[in-house]
Amino acid sequence: MWEYTEKVKELYTNPKNVGKIEDADGVGHVGSVVCGDALTLYIKVENGIITDAKFETFGCGSAIASSSALTEMIKGKTVEEAEKITNQDIVEYLGGLPEQKIHCSVMGREALINAIADYRGEKPPIEDEPHGEIICHCMNVTDEDIRKAVHEKGVTNLEDMMQLTGAGTVCGTCIPRIEDIIEEEKSRCSVTPSCCDEPMTNLQKIRKIEETINAVVRPALKRDGGDIELIDINGDDVFVRLRGACSTCMTAQVTLENFVQEELRKNVSPKLNIKLA
Amino acid sequence: MERVVYLDNNATTMVAPEVLDAMLPFFKDRYGNPSSMHSFGGLVAKDMLRAREQVARLLGADNDFEITFTGTATESDNIAIRGILGYYKEKKHVITSTTEHPAVLNLCKQLEKEGYRVTFVPVGSDGVVDVEFLKNSVTEDTAIVSIMHANNETGVINPVEEIGAFLKERGIPFHVDGVQAAGKIPVDVNKINCDLYSISAHKFHGPKGVGALYVRKGTRMRPLIYGGHQEKGRRPGTENVSGVVGMGKAAELALLHLKDMPKVAALRDKLQKGILEKIKTASINGAIEKRTPNTLNASFEFIEGESILLYLDRKGICVSTGSACSSGSLEPSHVLRAMNIPFSKIHGSVRFSLSRYTTEEDIDYTLQELPGVIETLLTISPFWDNEKKVGKIF
Repeated sequence: MWEYTEKVKELYTNPKNVGKIEDADGVGHVGSVVCGDALTLYIKVENGIITDAKFETFGCGSAIASSSALTEMIKGKTVEEAEKITNQDIVEYLGGLPEQKIHCSVMGREALINAIADYRGEKPPIEDEPHGEIICHCMNVTDEDIRKAVHEKGVTNLEDMMQLTGAGTVCGTCIPRIEDIIEEEKSRCSVTPSCCDEPMTNLQKIRKIEETINAVVRPALKRDGGDIELIDINGDDVFVRLRGACSTCMTAQVTLENFVQEELRKNVSPKLNIKLA
Repeated sequence: MERVVYLDNNATTMVAPEVLDAMLPFFKDRYGNPSSMHSFGGLVAKDMLRAREQVARLLGADNDFEITFTGTATESDNIAIRGILGYYKEKKHVITSTTEHPAVLNLCKQLEKEGYRVTFVPVGSDGVVDVEFLKNSVTEDTAIVSIMHANNETGVINPVEEIGAFLKERGIPFHVDGVQAAGKIPVDVNKINCDLYSISAHKFHGPKGVGALYVRKGTRMRPLIYGGHQEKGRRPGTENVSGVVGMGKAAELALLHLKDMPKVAALRDKLQKGILEKIKTASINGAIEKRTPNTLNASFEFIEGESILLYLDRKGICVSTGSACSSGSLEPSHVLRAMNIPFSKIHGSVRFSLSRYTTEEDIDYTLQELPGVIETLLTISPFWDNEKKVGKIF
């Protein structure tokens, strides 16, 4: 039996915000009956603030609890604030989820992304049915995602793959499969090496950014009781989150621009822009 | 939790009070090693022999020495299949079915990796193995055929007698995983014509941690592990004496109580009828007429099985589900998939498995609580239109 926290039990027994919003401003749907998980999220937005949120789910206890948590968390927030909610925030709200159930929180975040896109009149970025076979059930990563990462981002080892896709970062049972797929794709690359040429520089860039943060930025921030976490890299935009004392520091933005960005521009590329995730 | 209604007897069963009483002396006064030459140990050897006879009778075996005690039925399955392959080294083909328990299925998948060719015989939508397909799969190279007697998820009973007769004519070793059949339906290894038959004590009110393998006299096989002479070297290591004695007692009682099975079937049928009457999204999985008397596998479409399980759990009702979410592997039931049941039904499948200890009150209580649970979950489901009372995915 799964070890569910009291909060999870409370929320699946008495779920909050169940149902439809008939005149919703944004609707996000993810999952399918084939996967055994599906979630439809409805949001009502007034003056940029989410005033109501409801959900319907075909899912297990933790899917019901994650959806309840998500709707509670986003109500009253601006769309921009809600957009920043990560699956980890949902897990924290619930006091934790079993490893094999982390994907329920991922599904919550994905439904939110789709609902916000729908509200903005954009195409939902997350598709109902994942392409390919799901390799990492915890983080919902398919074999195609992994293959793509090898070819388009130049990822050639497990650690980088975990960092980039999240695959294998929770329970870890899929790691041998991930390694097999990376090897498979790498051997394919050696036949036509040109496919990996450009992305390899991307990878080098990612590595260099990481190195700089770990070797230069982090030690400096830690001296002041702060810390920094690299969240994402998109082109020349580097997304980070400040931790510890830095997260509440009034001069955080200054620190970011004057120190972190400078260091990265100096060590990696002058084109880099630092942004708060 | 005040009331417990235990309807998960295919997972494990209560140890019968008589079984516990039979086991207790072996933890205290009768701790001797049955292999010892002194009479203190020798007496224990006699108790082991009695247990062997009791298990032999349950399976209709001719001789007590045809029973090998093991740690679990999973171990029995492995000893049987690998044991035969170890002897017939030149033969590289194995036949099994798509709905086997993981104990056989995953062993066969491993064998494939080791270079064996494995035929996974399909089942019909009723869950019964396709015997013609099986017969056509047999070749000169076939080392062993392993087919389950009754399925753990659906209770569907395979025509093992027909398969056994066919294989006997061709001299091909036949292993039957009988874990879900022993104690529920009459078992006769001579009528089945099998060479090997695996069972587990805890499925028929015996203790956990003890299983048995019937090995027909004259069957040639190699051991998996090496050690002392115990269990004729087929399963060396000092015996789990209390477990073996408990298994023997449980086998004796199971044989005695086979006469109660029609009563168990009547309760199961009452539950089935009630579910179909009260819940319109419900359907039954597996051949209605060819099931073990205690098992009912029902699907509740448009909702997810783990939620049903958790909601029933709060009412004290214990069941299990074939939904992906509740399995450690996050894969939906391979048995229901093999039967071509749609995903919308697999994820909402629930197994109710009764025992001779199940009462009419248990069934009435379940029928009283279940419809409310299903209704609540339907209102949460995105695939269910609550106003029109219809599903939306087809």
